[in-house]
Amino acid sequence: MGSIGTGYDLSVTTFSPDGRVFQIEYATKAVDNSGTVIGIKCKDGIVLGVEKLIASKMLLEGSNRRIHAVHNHAGMAVAGLAADGRQIVARAKSEATSYENTYGEPIPIKELCERVASYVHLCTLYWWLRPFGSGVILGGYDRDGPQLYMVEPSGVAYRYFGTAIGKGRQAAKTEIEKLKLSEMTCREGVVEVAKIIYGVHDEAKDKAFELEMSWICDESKKQHQKVPADLLEEAKEAAKAAQEDMDAD
Amino acid sequence: MLAAAQKDEKKDQALKNLVGHPQTGRDCPFTLLNSPISHTQYPYVTGTSVLGIKYKDGVLLASDMGGSYGSTLRYKSVQRLKPIGKHTLLGAGGEISDFQEIVRYLDELILYDNMWDDGNSLGPKEVHNYLNRLMYNRRNKFNPLWNTLVLGGVKNGQKYLGTVNMIGVHYEENHVATGFGNHLARPIFRDEWHEDMTFEEGVKLLEKCMLVLLYRDRSAVNKLQIAKITEEGATISEPYAIKTHWELEAFKNPATGAVGSW
Repeated sequence: MGSIGTGYDLSVTTFSPDGRVFQIEYATKAVDNSGTVIGIKCKDGIVLGVEKLIASKMLLEGSNRRIHAVHNHAGMAVAGLAADGRQIVARAKSEATSYENTYGEPIPIKELCERVASYVHLCTLYWWLRPFGSGVILGGYDRDGPQLYMVEPSGVAYRYFGTAIGKGRQAAKTEIEKLKLSEMTCREGVVEVAKIIYGVHDEAKDKAFELEMSWICDESKKQHQKVPADLLEEAKEAAKAAQEDMDAD
Repeated sequence: MLAAAQKDEKKDQALKNLVGHPQTGRDCPFTLLNSPISHTQYPYVTGTSVLGIKYKDGVLLASDMGGSYGSTLRYKSVQRLKPIGKHTLLGAGGEISDFQEIVRYLDELILYDNMWDDGNSLGPKEVHNYLNRLMYNRRNKFNPLWNTLVLGGVKNGQKYLGTVNMIGVHYEENHVATGFGNHLARPIFRDEWHEDMTFEEGVKLLEKCMLVLLYRDRSAVNKLQIAKITEEGATISEPYAIKTHWELEAFKNPATGAVGSW
């Protein structure tokens, strides 16, 4: 729990005496309170999964996409304020197409991540802009193989084998660490991610959720796409079964 | 000194008013021009005819691989047929660099369409309409993309074959051709094309027309590709040559039917 930064938290251009920028920390809170988002790097690709908390029964299933394609070979899952996330995705799409127009090849994922991160960081440098209230997990497949990055509202970005953001991130990260990712294919990874998301979902606090997953792997011809419907169903069944096993214990 | 400084200020102000208000060139409004804008264009490297026919399972396109530089047959491996997305094939005659630019625009269009990832994809009708808008708008700015395009595709069982040219004239037909193909191949199509031809019949018809073009179109080269598009997707054949016969009697005394003075 962060302390209240009375007086030093009114502007993103103010440091506190102990060297913190409170506005950025508050922005990160928005991400921490959103539904869990997971990304893992398997041996043949990336799997992204989102626990989409359903606000109302009237929402159409499959709407309010949280995972977006950024180019053929890359996708982004967003957590936090949805509108802020959409803006980051739009910027990433624009960077990716402009790189390809200039250099004639699909943007390397590292380069894309750096551009997105520096854009997010930009919005923490001016008093007349507020920081993005969303974090993104970026997965892609380029010449150097599959790569997974995460960008936080502060503009910090690291490369990961597996990572999670949102409500259940602590529990999710613990589960991810147990997996042997380097030996897993994406097909298996999809099932594992579904199990983790079902596992960290808090039945008491949040009622219903929709599972949204995408992958970029050899099987999807290195293109970012939604996990095929049959595999998604399979994963959901396996996850529900695993939950029942846990409850039975 | 002061007077000189004031005069400069006026000049600076006048110049500032010009920023964002070009007085000549492409982005200048017509009302401010001192003389008409001219984007005199001529094509430099050109492709010749493209032929297209509908057949039983979809659409067949044929073109040769020549890029002429005026009257020189300079480039002999120019790909003039390209697949666009899942459902369409595009063939072009005319300026090759403009065709490459069109393919770039279409690649971006298809990319954004794919990124929706919503189960829908642009079909040949939509792509044809987009190209029509593109070509017509460029023509209205007196800066055309110097091409005649043939667009064929299949989506949800519906076959589509159409054409657009540099002035924006566009239509759909069962068989289309560009350039010399209009004069030499279309009459053959009108006689011999029929609904639901098999793939073999279609290829035979196209090869017959390509042969006539080879004999009679000076910018044709004997290296052609046939592309097919069906519900399953697009395939473009490897380049190949067709057999030509020059030992025919008619070629032996070419002036027999039209004796001239030289």
